[in-house]
Amino acid sequence: MAEVKLIGAWFSPFSRRVEMALKLKGVEYEYIEEDLSNKSPLLLKYNPIHKKVPVLLHNGKPIAESSIIIEYIDETWEGPSILPKDPYERAMARFWVKFIDEKCTVPMWKACSSPGEEGEKAKEEAAQLLKFVEEEIKDKKFFGGDNIGLVDISANFIGYWFGIIQELMGVELLTKEKYPNLCEWIDGYINHSFVKDNLPPKDKMTEVFKAFTQPGYSGYKPKV
Amino acid sequence: MADEVILLDAHYSMFGMRVRLALAEKGIEYEYREENLANKSPLLLEMNPVHKKIPVLIHNKKPICESLIIVQYIDEVWKDKSPLLPSDPYQRAQARFWADFIDKKMYESGGKIWKTKGEEKEAGKKEFIENIKLLEGVLGEKPYFGGEEFGYLDVALITFYSWFYAYETVGEFSIEQHCPKLIEWGKRCMERESVSKSLADPHKVYDFVLMLRKKYGVE
Repeated sequence: MAEVKLIGAWFSPFSRRVEMALKLKGVEYEYIEEDLSNKSPLLLKYNPIHKKVPVLLHNGKPIAESSIIIEYIDETWEGPSILPKDPYERAMARFWVKFIDEKCTVPMWKACSSPGEEGEKAKEEAAQLLKFVEEEIKDKKFFGGDNIGLVDISANFIGYWFGIIQELMGVELLTKEKYPNLCEWIDGYINHSFVKDNLPPKDKMTEVFKAFTQPGYSGYKPKV
Repeated sequence: MADEVILLDAHYSMFGMRVRLALAEKGIEYEYREENLANKSPLLLEMNPVHKKIPVLIHNKKPICESLIIVQYIDEVWKDKSPLLPSDPYQRAQARFWADFIDKKMYESGGKIWKTKGEEKEAGKKEFIENIKLLEGVLGEKPYFGGEEFGYLDVALITFYSWFYAYETVGEFSIEQHCPKLIEWGKRCMERESVSKSLADPHKVYDFVLMLRKKYGVE
């Protein structure tokens, strides 16, 4: 019986970032794909509060919420450090992960998926928020310094998913002209030998996003 | 060289109280600066340009923002006294999970109770009661969320306890009726000097809430 299991969804950036953390530490795990349009008893048992993926099961004990799972992985297994060692740097890493997840992602998504004025407003909001991220990555190869760290792993929505959505929907938000440093980080990120093996294929992601935006689509859709 | 620790805060903020409490638990000397949130200081805007919110801890001129991130920072820097996070990684993950739950769910449902009226208020009340019942379940028979010792999750939740009287009075319900064990826990925590000196007086919180309700035109 596998000691480590991950309940995830192949297209979810939250799920993928946990997989990256596990692989970075060389942890062997059993992956369980969840059908989010028809949630399994297993998921509902191990994450009754949020009923979301990813959920890590370590010796049968569940941990939910990707940022919490990643810190747990970093603390439990040997291997390259995901979080910095210095308390101030750790606080900064946690701050940026929280900012990107809780503030940036929703307006970025809405900028591409909400029609009319709502979409325009979201685009303006996202544009302002991304300026902070642009400033943070200036003069750095990765958010983690010379190597990828917590923020790089956690910023995968900006690093990969968003580029696919914005291209599909013809939205010009995250451009080289406006965000040269962030776009340079994205190039480095998706071509990083470790990262690129852990991203879902672009054509399949495009299909998924196309489906989300079809009128009359009744399958799973991320709640935004 | 002595540490320079400054806290930018607002007296009634349950988030600010968490930081005051963590500093008190560790016995750290600091300078408290009350912010007028209607007229934010240049220092606050400089130290937290992203969110422009309190609390902000400034340690030897370097700012740390977001209350739970600050509490973890305090715990990691001043690690030799009164550890707040559990030493076991799984217990740590659980403490972080429930602290995150408090921020994501309880703050919003509690807010609905005093910020809204009618159906939305009732929905907020129902959700709030569900949230605290879950937390009471997490506490179980332990004296503190941290087990035998007062810890991180106790810090995260006890500051909301100072707002319970306001929620109950505006919402016209009794938290004790639904969660007697949680109220017992609250009273136990209040016996700690660090807690009683860090939390705002619940009756004053209530007056503050009434003032805000008037200001925002909630009847």
